Amino acid sequence: MSRTLDLSRSVLLAVAALLAVMIVLPVGWLVVYSLSDKEGAATLGNFATLFTDPTFVDPLITTLIIAVSVSLLCCLVAAPLGWLVARTDMPLARSVRTLVMASLVTPPFVGAIAWEMLAAPNSGLLNQLWRAISGMPADEALLDIYSLEGLIFVIACYTFPYVFILVANALDRMPGELEDASSMLGAKTWDTARRITVPLALPTLLAGALVAFLQALNLFGSPAILAIPAGFHTLTTRIWSLFQFPPKPELAAAASLPLLILTILLLRGQALALGRRGYAVLGGKYGEPRLIRLGALKWPAAGLALLVLAMPLFLPYAALFNSAFSRVASRIVSFETATLHNFRFTFFELSSTMPALKNTFLLAASSATLGALLALLIAYIVARKAVTGHRVLGFLATAPLAIPGIVLGVGLFLAYTRPPLTLYGTLWILLIAFVTIELPAAYQQLSSAFHAVHPELEEAGRMLGATRLRTLADITAPLLRSAVIATWCFIFVAVIRELSAAVILFTSDTKVLSVLIFDLKESGDVGAIAVLSLAMVAITTLVVAAANRFSGTRLQARPVS
Amino acid sequence: MRRRTLLASTALLPFGARVLSAAPPPEAITPALIEAAKKEGKVSYYTAMDLSVAEPVARAFEARYPGIKVAVERTGSERLFNRIAQEAASKIHKVDVVNSADAAHFLPWKRQGWLAPFLTVEMAENVPAGLRDPDGMYVTQRTHLSAIAYNTSLVKPEDAPRGFADLLDPKYAGKMVKGHPGYSGTIMTATQQLSQVLGWGWFEKLAKQKVLQVQSATEPPKKVEAGERAIAVDGSDYLFWMARERGAPIQVVHAVEGTPLITNPMAVFKAAPNPNAARLLAGWIMSAEGQQFIVDLSGQYPANRLIKAKAGRPALASIKTLPEDPAAVEKQADEIKARYAKIFKV
Repeated sequence: MSRTLDLSRSVLLAVAALLAVMIVLPVGWLVVYSLSDKEGAATLGNFATLFTDPTFVDPLITTLIIAVSVSLLCCLVAAPLGWLVARTDMPLARSVRTLVMASLVTPPFVGAIAWEMLAAPNSGLLNQLWRAISGMPADEALLDIYSLEGLIFVIACYTFPYVFILVANALDRMPGELEDASSMLGAKTWDTARRITVPLALPTLLAGALVAFLQALNLFGSPAILAIPAGFHTLTTRIWSLFQFPPKPELAAAASLPLLILTILLLRGQALALGRRGYAVLGGKYGEPRLIRLGALKWPAAGLALLVLAMPLFLPYAALFNSAFSRVASRIVSFETATLHNFRFTFFELSSTMPALKNTFLLAASSATLGALLALLIAYIVARKAVTGHRVLGFLATAPLAIPGIVLGVGLFLAYTRPPLTLYGTLWILLIAFVTIELPAAYQQLSSAFHAVHPELEEAGRMLGATRLRTLADITAPLLRSAVIATWCFIFVAVIRELSAAVILFTSDTKVLSVLIFDLKESGDVGAIAVLSLAMVAITTLVVAAANRFSGTRLQARPVS
Repeated sequence: MRRRTLLASTALLPFGARVLSAAPPPEAITPALIEAAKKEGKVSYYTAMDLSVAEPVARAFEARYPGIKVAVERTGSERLFNRIAQEAASKIHKVDVVNSADAAHFLPWKRQGWLAPFLTVEMAENVPAGLRDPDGMYVTQRTHLSAIAYNTSLVKPEDAPRGFADLLDPKYAGKMVKGHPGYSGTIMTATQQLSQVLGWGWFEKLAKQKVLQVQSATEPPKKVEAGERAIAVDGSDYLFWMARERGAPIQVVHAVEGTPLITNPMAVFKAAPNPNAARLLAGWIMSAEGQQFIVDLSGQYPANRLIKAKAGRPALASIKTLPEDPAAVEKQADEIKARYAKIFKV
């Protein structure tokens, strides 16, 4: 039909090969290394060490305790909050929803640093405040962030929004008729909630619990800030510590595999849980969900929601602002004591600031462009079933979801510190890491957008003699504009806050903002950290706002580390 | 057998004999060197010195030699050592000048032939030979101590510890902060010294005191100033003093058992991407001008004998210090890290 050469088959092959290299290469080297000793001979010794040496077993157990606790805590907070926002007449519901989303802009390691300012047992601002109010003696503390509980709390602060969004969205979609029927049959409001709403929402909650579990399991940022002062390792910080001198990549690879396998299993579990959601939305058109009247409890409920929001949002940002303008982070700043010293130091003295900002922007923009294009291409091929074998692409594009950031970092380090592609030390290796990490979410976003564009339009283009690529460029792409912009911004933002892969892959020339903050934490330069964190969040917020403005779509949130 | 191959390979090197001989001839900072350095326009300085000193030093050098930008790469010495090894393994040559608080690092670097001999006329004249490598591969840039210190608004002078043994007193439980030898060269050196003087049993008892563990030796001073912990078991002493001089309630303690002495050697890397700027920077830091700048700002003990220690600080000679043993640190480093991690759980 078309006289010009149709490139679709070669494009498919090229994309499939690219994805395979992106995923198979790092994971392959991980497996090879985990089965080798220092000299490269085959061995199972690394796994023996992993499951017998207490310096590995303890972090493994600690990590599981953290993941389970975070998961439970998130559900406990997110489920009622999601219900209040979606199904009741609680005042400020819209604002609460927006603010929970906004709290996701905070990178987890920045959140952990901010909570250190708030709840360090002696110098923490909240502890000082409590001492002033209650007269508690100076060496006692209300809160101790340097503890397992402290770490669980901080991780939960920046994980519950994911569960909240899942729950709130599911409750939005839930048909109101079922609840109406229940109340028409004489059930009381609370009975309806218990018998209808909760069971219908349960699969979503289970999926949310798994998301939270996964997030806590694979998170590097918050533990890296709090675990060492608290006196323990998690699996991710232990993997990182194996990259300190003398580096033990074999053990790091072996320690990465349990994370990888557990993540794959849990993702299967999550797919099963979400797959069952179907029965809640079967058949016909539904009315708007009915809002439950809270009556006198209206305002207390709103107060409770704001209190919850104080944990990831109001309190940490207050602490960051305080530290940014203070010479000593533990002092509450007044107009007389406020100083610009930290700003001056960060922007005019610290020689890493400008290179790190430049690298971060360059990487964020290029990862976003490349990632969005790649995701667009794959989503198109899969959605239009353009060539046989398109399913493989969809699978490959979502596969990186199963690779935790730090594990990918280790894998890429092993893969690209050797010929033929010695990319370590260049920005390329970071670009590959970021595109790989963000591809699944970008692909999912764009593939759902494709379902909204009817194939007839493309078919028309093809019939008029345009090649697939040309149709894609001239017809489909303009229709998908807003989704593509949203995806671009989403990747941009996610890259700016990425730490776990970057911390393994950076060199002095390729330092990014998140790694710079992490390095400053090592020497305890809190003032500069506060300034950089605020700058980072300001940039991110601007990009998100611009995205919302230009695309009109709401950005979907996804866990990152 | 082995010896013969070694001899043979030395004979094959055209300058083999010179490598084995003593220091290189002192070189002057010539206009040609300055010109060449300006042409390079930049220099990377890997250091473990606190940013509040390292960055101003870099800015002062930039002011002295306009057109040459100094990129300060600061992290703990042990992480620097790791980073340099990792970069070298991937044939990435970024480091021009390096300065570590763990003197042991310079032994393998020198052995592997990674360092370039470097000696200025001023160094030959004014830096005591004892502070220089006989082959001119590295030189002590400055000296500091890893001192005990306490926050005077949290601990009364009569209740303050007088030495390391005192820190095991139950009354200090939960009140101490300490750096980590896996990240900090200052703490690595100090841990080796203290394990010799006090034995590992002391560390095991200390670990039961609920010590707040931080990474760099530059952090305990900040934690004590903030009042997060009352007492620092260790930490770069110049930061305690600098905080005190800006009005923080901090008192430095020189332990009765002796205070760990930390020399901070500096070297120019052979594969330096900016060899001329590297020599100019290292030469300037060792000059009277550079040394005076570091002393004025931080009060660390200078290596150049033309420069006097900062007024108001105790003379180094008046303090009972524990000597460094870089060769022993090099041999024991891995074991120290493993043992420490086992005792303190991180």
